[in-house]
Amino acid sequence: MGAPNLSPTFESLTSQNHTLLIPYVMAGVDDAWIDVVHAVIAAGADAVEIGLPFSDPIIDGPTIQEAGVRSLERGTTAQSVLAQLQRDEFAVPLVVMTYYNVIAHLGHERFAGEAKQAGITGAIVPDLSLEELDGWERVAEDAGIDPVLLVAPSSSPERTKKICARSRGFLYGVARMGVTGERSSMTDELEAVVAKIRAFPSPPVCVGIGVSTPEQAKRVADIADGVIVGSALVRRVLDGEGPDGAGAFVSSLRNAIDA
Amino acid sequence: MSNIMGTPGLDGRFGSFGGRFVPEPLVPACQELEAAFADAWSDESFIAEYRRILREYGGRPTPLTKCGRLSEELGIELYLKREDLAHTGSHKINNVIGQALLTKRMGKRRMIAETGAGQHGVASATAAALLGLECVVFMGEVDTKRQELNVFRMELLGAEVRPVTSGSRTLKDAVNEAMRTWVSEVADTHYCLGSVMGPHPFPWMVREFQRIIGEEASSQIHDFGIDEPDFVVACVGGGSNAAGLFSGFVDSDAVLVGVEAAGGAAISSGTPGVLHGMRSQLIQDDEGQITEAHSISAGLDYPGIGPEHAHLAEIGRARYEQAGDDEVVDALQRLASREGIIPALETAHAVAWVIREAGGEIPLGSKVVLNLSGRGDKDVAQVRAILRGDS
Repeated sequence: MGAPNLSPTFESLTSQNHTLLIPYVMAGVDDAWIDVVHAVIAAGADAVEIGLPFSDPIIDGPTIQEAGVRSLERGTTAQSVLAQLQRDEFAVPLVVMTYYNVIAHLGHERFAGEAKQAGITGAIVPDLSLEELDGWERVAEDAGIDPVLLVAPSSSPERTKKICARSRGFLYGVARMGVTGERSSMTDELEAVVAKIRAFPSPPVCVGIGVSTPEQAKRVADIADGVIVGSALVRRVLDGEGPDGAGAFVSSLRNAIDA
Repeated sequence: MSNIMGTPGLDGRFGSFGGRFVPEPLVPACQELEAAFADAWSDESFIAEYRRILREYGGRPTPLTKCGRLSEELGIELYLKREDLAHTGSHKINNVIGQALLTKRMGKRRMIAETGAGQHGVASATAAALLGLECVVFMGEVDTKRQELNVFRMELLGAEVRPVTSGSRTLKDAVNEAMRTWVSEVADTHYCLGSVMGPHPFPWMVREFQRIIGEEASSQIHDFGIDEPDFVVACVGGGSNAAGLFSGFVDSDAVLVGVEAAGGAAISSGTPGVLHGMRSQLIQDDEGQITEAHSISAGLDYPGIGPEHAHLAEIGRARYEQAGDDEVVDALQRLASREGIIPALETAHAVAWVIREAGGEIPLGSKVVLNLSGRGDKDVAQVRAILRGDS
């Protein structure tokens, strides 16, 4: 049934000075996960990151690890998720987030083809570094899926320039050196990484990792083109707050960002 | 000389295996490490210091021992490279001394490490104590219970042991947690990986630090009037002791044999995939989810194998065989009662294959060098329980 394309949607929204909000939902974590996707869209998400669980998520902290384990225990597979998404219609772009082995195991072409059919037009594969990107990048772009790349506080200006030039859809700015997870405060690494990225031409700059509260989202929104919120939302889903709780939390983020 | 087991390409590949599949925050750290190692490994003063410590402190060179009674029983000539006599009781000391020296050279004050059975954790804690570094060891909660004494040993040596409660709570999860911690503490912390696995440059660097095993053994065999052995055998989990031994014989005509645990045989039962920063052979399900390895030895409970081994298997330069739990316990008892050497359960996999295949795959009269990679003291309580039927 489909969803809008990532790149044109984000370019258009950014040109209108609209700050992007991208919540993360772990696919298959419970029966209501698709309802959570719709709820966060209704609450003001501009795209949704769909997490496909992997047994060994090395850039994820305890919350997303727990969600991944729960999802895998329920028998979730990449193909079961994509089949579920394909039956539905979404008002905003969908971006898949998973680890490379899940894609490699199914095969680049097959994964990209099935993902596109499910309405996915962007992919974040954090363990696929710039040096290993070639094969997947070519297949993804041919299928109409934007490879979204990460810039970290540790990335040199030289690497940052290359990553900015190759990322499609948006650029994922890593707000701090660490794994995903809720944090009580944000560090100066946030401003530094955004300033580093801004030195080069890139697609819209969206920042995540450790963005947990409306106040923190606002601080990100003041300097970046978009805000990515994962663990803080996943925690609410794991705690049983359901689509209503997820929607209310995303509304609070939206309101803070737009204030 | 062939280029097999030489320097990998710029992208850290061994054929189609290896590489550097890590999140962007860790790429610069891997690049820094690659440059630091390449620089150190071409610096004579660094190499001299590494060798001096291994000689004066680590117990090198370790002897090559000819087995008298067992050779006669099996109808072959069996030589053991005695890594069990190295400090801390296994070959792991070779790698950790190298990496601890490198940690200091990079100006970092702290090492983190993963461990399964505890051997690499104990070795890391030892090297950290020797060189005045802080040390944190990640160990699956299941393994901390299986190897309680090693936990205490690491603590005595001044290390902090952090039980890992994620995933299957064993070695692969300890690696995950060490990598996660490395991301946030990379500025002052080196990740002292324990085997020839992980992202480039680890598989290359760890093999180079273990190369000394093969270098010594290939020279020591001459003392027995042998030009080169017919078989060179080692157990393989991640594969560091095998890589070290094989590197000394890769340009000879010897048959190289790595012996995996039957319940964790990444080469024989695995398929290509990406885990822990490398492309290699992995034990995984139909969806590309990594499954838990099971064997009698915690040190071989790893669902992958070093990428260079996957490559050696692919090009046919090395063979990878399996040994099951029962024959491993038998082999441990047999080596103990015939030669007075209790091997680690990991090592006993290699012994089991040689015992099984002597007169079969290994023709009678063959000269066999086996890496006695570690001593079995850590395993005696477990073996006693098995033999008494308690487990």
